[in-house]
Amino acid sequence: MALTVDIVAPDRVLWEGEATFVTAPAVEGSIGLLPGHEPILSVLGAGVVKVVEASGDDRLVDITGGFLSFDHDVITIVAERAER
Amino acid sequence: MAGQQRVYKARIKSTQSLKKIFRAMELIAASRIGKARDRVAAAAPYSRAITRAISAVAHHSDVEHPLTSKRLGTDRVAMLVITADRGMAGAYSANALRAAERSRERLEAAGKEVVQYAAGRRGVSYYTFRHRELAGSWTGDSDGPTHAVANEIAAELLRAFLAPVEDGGVAELHVVYTHFASMVSQEPRVIRMLPLEIVEGVPEVGDDAEPLYAFEPNAEDVLDALLPRYIEARIYNCMLQAAASELANRQSAMNTAVSNAEDIVRQYTRLANSARQSEITQEISEIVSGADALAAS
Repeated sequence: MALTVDIVAPDRVLWEGEATFVTAPAVEGSIGLLPGHEPILSVLGAGVVKVVEASGDDRLVDITGGFLSFDHDVITIVAERAER
Repeated sequence: MAGQQRVYKARIKSTQSLKKIFRAMELIAASRIGKARDRVAAAAPYSRAITRAISAVAHHSDVEHPLTSKRLGTDRVAMLVITADRGMAGAYSANALRAAERSRERLEAAGKEVVQYAAGRRGVSYYTFRHRELAGSWTGDSDGPTHAVANEIAAELLRAFLAPVEDGGVAELHVVYTHFASMVSQEPRVIRMLPLEIVEGVPEVGDDAEPLYAFEPNAEDVLDALLPRYIEARIYNCMLQAAASELANRQSAMNTAVSNAEDIVRQYTRLANSARQSEITQEISEIVSGADALAAS
């Protein structure tokens, strides 16, 4: 089982693909998501989103804020402004 | 007579050089329009994600939020008109402004007071020329709006919407922009952006029931964070649509200008030719009659 991840910024898609594990900087502390997590909508603060790709590589995306929604193993991370 | 010919020649020349300018502007608009449409497409995933999330929050909790509830106690409504910075785009800005004036009349007939905001130099000059007061204006990059500018506009408008009534708070926000339907069809649209109406039941992929979300930290905070983003995304989308429409209008206006210039060149070439011919004819008849007069004497 893998996670489908979309990371979008206001003007473009930053990254999309499959992953096995994702951590994101939620406002009340970092949140880690594995397949089968309960559906969640969370506000994100500034920090680094870490995506462990299906191939095993790590991918880091800096964000200044945004939110994240997770359901049925589909993660959408909406970044306010992001630099790769 | 020779003077007449010279006048025609000069006109042909100047029209030809204008034609070159029109052609260049047409090509520039055509090359930018692809980029503008790409940007509309690139912004779509973001606004789709936000819309989905908002409808999920609205589904699972009865959260009241200032941005979604009607405001009482004031008749002021804000209106943002998005126009071009430059002309040369046919009736693009005029159409948007006309749509704005119409809806303004409608609002005023309903007893509301309109607070005007304008984006785009053409809109700003339209209102300042008529000595209408502008509550806010933004100019500079109407054919390639950045997200930063959209945020600035959204922040200003949200501030006006959330301000207390005594400080000039407004009850509604309307946005007039030109919707880009296709390369050949763009129409001005007036939408009411605030207070928000949350459209429920956004079609979900698959037929599972909507999942029960957990909210982190809680539903109110999530909505608090989401709604302003949503307004920003929608204003940004309006501006991108308007930019694509502006460029499409400019391209077609310049295309028409090029063919008009060609018509004028053709017409003046004919006139110049007939002027030259009549000049020759006259010279010949002068020579002939001169020779006749000499022979007769």
